[in-house]
Amino acid sequence: MTPTMTRYRSAQPAGRDGFPQLLRTEWTKFRTVRGWVLGMVAAAVMMVLVALLAGAGSDQHGLPAVPIGPGGEPVTDSFYFVHRPLGGNGSITVSVAALRGGISSDRAGLRPGIVPWAKAGIIIKESTRQGSPYAAIMVTGSHGVRMQDDYVNDRAGLPGAVSAASPRWLRLDRSGDAVTGYESADGTHWTMVGTVHVDGLGSTVQGGLFVASPPSVQGFGTVPSVATAVFGNLRVQGGWLGGHWKGGQVGPESRTFSGYPANAPGSFTDSGGSVTVTGAGDIAPAVRETLPTGGTIGDILTGTFAALIAVIVVGTQFVTAEYRDDMIYVTLAASPRRSRVLAAKAIVLGAVTFVAGLAGSVVAIPLGKRLAEANGVYLFPVTSSALLRAEVGTAALLATAAILALAVGAMLRRSAGAVTTVVVAIALPYILVAQIPFLPAGASSWLTRVTPAAAFAVQQTLVPYHQVTSISTPYNGYYPLAPWAGFAVLAGYAAVCLAVAAVLLRRRDA
Amino acid sequence: MKPALHAEWTKVRTVAGPLWLLLGAITATVALSAAVTSVMSCGAAGCGDDPTKLSLTGVGLGQAPVAILAVLVISGEYSSGAIRTTLAAMPHRVTVLAAKAVTLTGVVAAAGIVAVLGALAAGRLILPGRGFTAARGYPALSLADGPTLRAAVGSILYLALIALLSLGVATVVRDSAASMGVVLGLLYLLPILSQAIGDPNWQRLLQRIGPTSAGLAIQATTDLRSLPISPWAGLGVTAGWAAAALLAGGLLLRIRDV
Repeated sequence: MTPTMTRYRSAQPAGRDGFPQLLRTEWTKFRTVRGWVLGMVAAAVMMVLVALLAGAGSDQHGLPAVPIGPGGEPVTDSFYFVHRPLGGNGSITVSVAALRGGISSDRAGLRPGIVPWAKAGIIIKESTRQGSPYAAIMVTGSHGVRMQDDYVNDRAGLPGAVSAASPRWLRLDRSGDAVTGYESADGTHWTMVGTVHVDGLGSTVQGGLFVASPPSVQGFGTVPSVATAVFGNLRVQGGWLGGHWKGGQVGPESRTFSGYPANAPGSFTDSGGSVTVTGAGDIAPAVRETLPTGGTIGDILTGTFAALIAVIVVGTQFVTAEYRDDMIYVTLAASPRRSRVLAAKAIVLGAVTFVAGLAGSVVAIPLGKRLAEANGVYLFPVTSSALLRAEVGTAALLATAAILALAVGAMLRRSAGAVTTVVVAIALPYILVAQIPFLPAGASSWLTRVTPAAAFAVQQTLVPYHQVTSISTPYNGYYPLAPWAGFAVLAGYAAVCLAVAAVLLRRRDA
Repeated sequence: MKPALHAEWTKVRTVAGPLWLLLGAITATVALSAAVTSVMSCGAAGCGDDPTKLSLTGVGLGQAPVAILAVLVISGEYSSGAIRTTLAAMPHRVTVLAAKAVTLTGVVAAAGIVAVLGALAAGRLILPGRGFTAARGYPALSLADGPTLRAAVGSILYLALIALLSLGVATVVRDSAASMGVVLGLLYLLPILSQAIGDPNWQRLLQRIGPTSAGLAIQATTDLRSLPISPWAGLGVTAGWAAAALLAGGLLLRIRDV
């Protein structure tokens, strides 16, 4: 009789060494260290607190309303208008023989000079109300003939500056909601520039001559400018009403118009055949300089900086603490395939940071918006897709920065050096571009193109317009790279550092 | 106290990190000051700027390596375990912290003198070429000018106070990475925040209470009335932050286990 042998079986289920187990291990480590969990909570809370402060700390009650264009965007609609009502269809033709200008200067008062987007031409506009729909054709300071409508649309005509030797003839034909623009260099040979459909023109519109001259961008600010145009051969056909031309400033008091230079008011004189019009302002979408009191989603998300520092610290410690406490020996003994340890850490850290960052931005943005709007602050409009991109992008930025910190921590094995390196790489460029308004555009563009701080482009919700001269720096909320391209720069750094860290981790003794 | 000072001086002297960080602070200060002054220009609209303050812009960047050095002075001992040896040798713990503070103030002030003089020299060399000439009412920067001397001395004191503030925070927090996070947040978050806020009253309040924005008021030499806080009062605010941090650090060092 043979005795039956019972093999020993542990009551514990068999251990596994697959990747899911590794992920679980790292997740357990993360959630059981109180400081790390607190760090992530602090990151989200800081984003919300700063948004609350940014929203509550502004009071703009009592300021005039911001003019809004037909597309819902804020606009500048302030210019000198010499107009007559037009009932039904009709056309207007004029020649422009000169466009001169003056720019404010503290010593000379007004020095001669024309800004690139000074405009003089003819316009058909629903009414003199700011923000009403229009179509116009004009000569400009240095962008040739343009046909523009409803503030954001712009098409080019003949290039070149205007002078007595080379005048420009302009014509607008209105037929219902369709307005067609023509140009000519001699008044006999005409070319069509384009036909636009202007919704909501109504039957009786205001038409006539206009002159505008936006502020001149000088260094890090703007100064007022003014332009004077000499028109001739003014002819109208069709349903024009009213016997004589009326001159006046549209939108003299406006949030988006900084006024005329001192002692250079708008005016018009009609000296039998030739009409001279002086005007300032612009008919264009508003940008950060023309609407400096306007808030952006990026302003509300200022707390991202605090969150960034918190996640960099936690990300670094997630690996350097193992070196400090010699836990790394146990970790690597339990999982000899070292790259997989690093991958598991990156996934757990990235996921946790993403969730914390998303929670922060999803709560911060609506709260900050509501508070700011309750305080009368005008916020630049955002499409829902841009808003979603800013929310998700901010979370992705924080998660990727944390992974970068993890990788640098694994390379250097010391928290002090790793935190310093990552802060210098991402937070420092951000401080420089966000805090120093007079940082030259070249330097701030370089810093937000080449360094990991490029990823802050995901927070840009301002729309750049080529037909407005502005200071397009990150300080003003305009980044040089497209949102996800900027994010890709940070992701590239993180990927390269992670790869280097994996190689070092495999090659080196723990 | 004397042996404690000697010990701390030996630590600072014989580790490579502090020297590099001090050199980094000097380089960062002078480099940013030179970069900023060399892009300024007196355009047609006038200069409208404070040449002394412009020349000392780099202090805002040079304070970061100083803060990191101050954090490492104490948290380095916690991460390596040397703090146990230190406190076993010097059971009077507050003396240890005081010795660290004195040594740190000494080396940071020494580096600060070099950094501030370098930044002013850069401004003196560069600004006349950018239109800041005596003919326009901007004489060359000189320490013989009272407000400029006050700005220079104040900037050196400011760097020392930032070091003490960081030392205090690191003594409370102990972990090097976490202390750096807290210190950098303190130094840079409030100035960034005050820009995101539209209301001028809130902005001025934040600029009055922030350790950096208040302390850097010491650099202003023109238009002192428009400052959110007067120069010496501003430096006093930074000193208050440093004192509070050191006090908290000293208390916790006494009552906590190592």
